[in-house]
Amino acid sequence: MNTAKATADRVSPTRLVLVLGSIAMLSGLLVVTTVELTAERIAENKRHAIEKAVFQVIPGAQSRRDFSVIDKTVSIAAENNNAAATIYAGYDESGQLKGIAAEAVAVGYQDKIHVLYGYSPDCQCITGIRVLKMAETPGLGDKINTDPAFLENFRALDAQLNDSADALRNAIVTVKHGRKRNAWQIDAISGATISSNAVGHMLNNSAQTLLPVLMPQLDKLREPANEP
Amino acid sequence: MNHKAGSDINPDNRVTLDTFVQGIWRDNPVFVMLLGMCPVLAVTNSVINAIAMGLSTSFVLLASSTLVSLMRNLIPRQVRIASYIIIIATFVTMVDYAIQAISLDLYNALGAFIQLIVVNCMILGRAEAYASRQPLAKSVVNAAGMGIGFTLALLCIGGVRELLGNGSLLGYPVLGANFEPWIIMLLPPGGFFVLGGWLLLFAWWRERRQPDSTRAEVVHEH
Repeated sequence: MNTAKATADRVSPTRLVLVLGSIAMLSGLLVVTTVELTAERIAENKRHAIEKAVFQVIPGAQSRRDFSVIDKTVSIAAENNNAAATIYAGYDESGQLKGIAAEAVAVGYQDKIHVLYGYSPDCQCITGIRVLKMAETPGLGDKINTDPAFLENFRALDAQLNDSADALRNAIVTVKHGRKRNAWQIDAISGATISSNAVGHMLNNSAQTLLPVLMPQLDKLREPANEP
Repeated sequence: MNHKAGSDINPDNRVTLDTFVQGIWRDNPVFVMLLGMCPVLAVTNSVINAIAMGLSTSFVLLASSTLVSLMRNLIPRQVRIASYIIIIATFVTMVDYAIQAISLDLYNALGAFIQLIVVNCMILGRAEAYASRQPLAKSVVNAAGMGIGFTLALLCIGGVRELLGNGSLLGYPVLGANFEPWIIMLLPPGGFFVLGGWLLLFAWWRERRQPDSTRAEVVHEH
């Protein structure tokens, strides 16, 4: 019985290759069709998500343009660029520069926290933050995106450059809950110290490196967009 | 049960109510067979996540069962598992893109668990144990039942976790502002607690409904 079954089951290698090959072809066809059908919607969703975040951290912004910072030079971002250092400039309806938004990253309690923050050149202060991606503990660390008292820190967080314009005048620091005394300090969430500290660190790191490069070249952002 | 796999004249191949209900009640993939526990525990911290995960898995299960059943006489035994995995992975990739197109927030909430549907043992188990031996109609009906059973089970767990952990259902506050959320229900341990609670309930129910004859046998053995 066993030998008979084994003989009956013997299949030529050509048939195995043919079957697997045609299944793989069918699979490829289906996947490519799906990618083609959804690509436009996905790009639109991503653009929408960024836009929503940018307009939230730059109060009064109505439109945005992307710039990239490569080798300390600010230039208009090329289409589909994947450069890490992309900044978004937000404008009001008359085309006036309202502020810029940039991404900052630091390690939180569980994983990296990605935050988009808005910066206003007029008040030289941070005007808002929005968490793009995090894996903080629900109910504790994830309050950095929802706690009204914590977000109040970032309505006008001082981020002035020093006199030689190569660093911040006062480093942005997170202080213990209820100890905030100065405009460059962040009042931590009690019970979520690590997540609050991470936000302070990332804002300080990003502002210390980006702002000295960006501020002297701010006119590039103010120039009206060249209509294509 | 001496029928040849795949012969369409066998009376066993009739689609019955049991073919459909099997996955919802008697052999529920989560509460009875305990299959696919990884997504069951990981993404059921809210109702919307549970629904999205349940529907995605159901779609993959239905589509792969259809294809496997259609090709059951073409696929040689030696390469059947490889073939099933390619077929399943194809549909998972399609779901992955579809969810990105529907909502990025949902996609981020589900994380890697969409891609991990590929290795959900319920789907491969259905392909190997059912769809590869049964005609199309039966496979499709059975897969639909299993999918509904899986989705309902995820909903049972997700509903309890969101209600206790956040005081809301589908994002709408239900328990009022004075309710202090049980944060632990949203964390991984909450998944185990709620799953354990449901399993206890179902086990108790089944024991109670067991016919007297089988109960007598059990007693007799002791």
